[in-house]
Amino acid sequence: MEGNVAEMGQFIGAGLAAIGSGAAAIGVGNVAGNFLAGALRNPSAAGGQTATLFIGIAFAEALGIFAFLVSLLLMFAV
Amino acid sequence: MAESKDGGLVFKPMDQFKVDSLFGDGPIGMFTITNVTLWMALAVIAIVLVMVVGARGRNIVPSRSQSIAEMIYGFVHNMVRDVAGKDALPYFPYIMTLFLFILFANFLGLIPGSFTTTSHIAVTAVMAVAVFLTVTIVGFVKNGTAFLSLFWVSSAPLALRPILAVIEVISYFVRPVSHSIRLAGNVMAGHAVIKVFAAFAAGGIIAVPAILGITAMYGLEVLVSAIQAYVFTILTCVYLKDALHPHH
Repeated sequence: MEGNVAEMGQFIGAGLAAIGSGAAAIGVGNVAGNFLAGALRNPSAAGGQTATLFIGIAFAEALGIFAFLVSLLLMFAV
Repeated sequence: MAESKDGGLVFKPMDQFKVDSLFGDGPIGMFTITNVTLWMALAVIAIVLVMVVGARGRNIVPSRSQSIAEMIYGFVHNMVRDVAGKDALPYFPYIMTLFLFILFANFLGLIPGSFTTTSHIAVTAVMAVAVFLTVTIVGFVKNGTAFLSLFWVSSAPLALRPILAVIEVISYFVRPVSHSIRLAGNVMAGHAVIKVFAAFAAGGIIAVPAILGITAMYGLEVLVSAIQAYVFTILTCVYLKDALHPHH
């Protein structure tokens, strides 16, 4: 079994970095779920908070995108 | 997604993002006309068609195209007013421009065979750095050195303030990075996933779930296109609010 150890490490690293996307999914789900829980308790106040919801989702999602980017860099750029 | 010589499938999900020169094969320089240039120009033409030509009638009872233009205008106007405040309305044209360009570039990228300009960090980074510079300059022009109080959290205990100042400064300078990568990464990821499903669609019986997967991902991508345009502009509004009212 011969192979390039550096290439193997690259692919393993890309796979490990992809775990971050799953973590971001948990984060986004948390934001949206808590928003829904709050919105169902006080529906009249929910409409004004959608902007906050999207800002929260965007911030949580950014880190998942960073993980995705690291994985892409390992796959194609390194 | 052709089959390779030894029979296996070849996955090339990132090939769709290749920047090619439209005329000739010369090296791509700063002023080379590439497919990025073409699709950005098409986005601008589409915006002109909807916003200028479509709304030209100025009827009291709007036509269909005019009401689309009015809805987009009202949507962004309300967003700027609600998120950034009334005194941010002078900057509304800039934010409207950003929103329309990102929205139309994203939607044009969804046409099969087209090129998604917003999937390139080079494109989104220019917009994000422009927003960053604008916000910083506006902050200093409007508030003078009082703008630096953005980094000095006066509501926190005194001992914590220097530590918080370091964190605030770092998070301020990371803004253009996350702002640009969020848009490019979301769009690129979605399109790459569609291409991965498309590679499976060539594989006999797997084609049925693969095509269903493409359809579902495409629907998600339409949603993501609109949401990412919204998120980019709303974050611009948030940054603008920080510049106009830096006090915590």
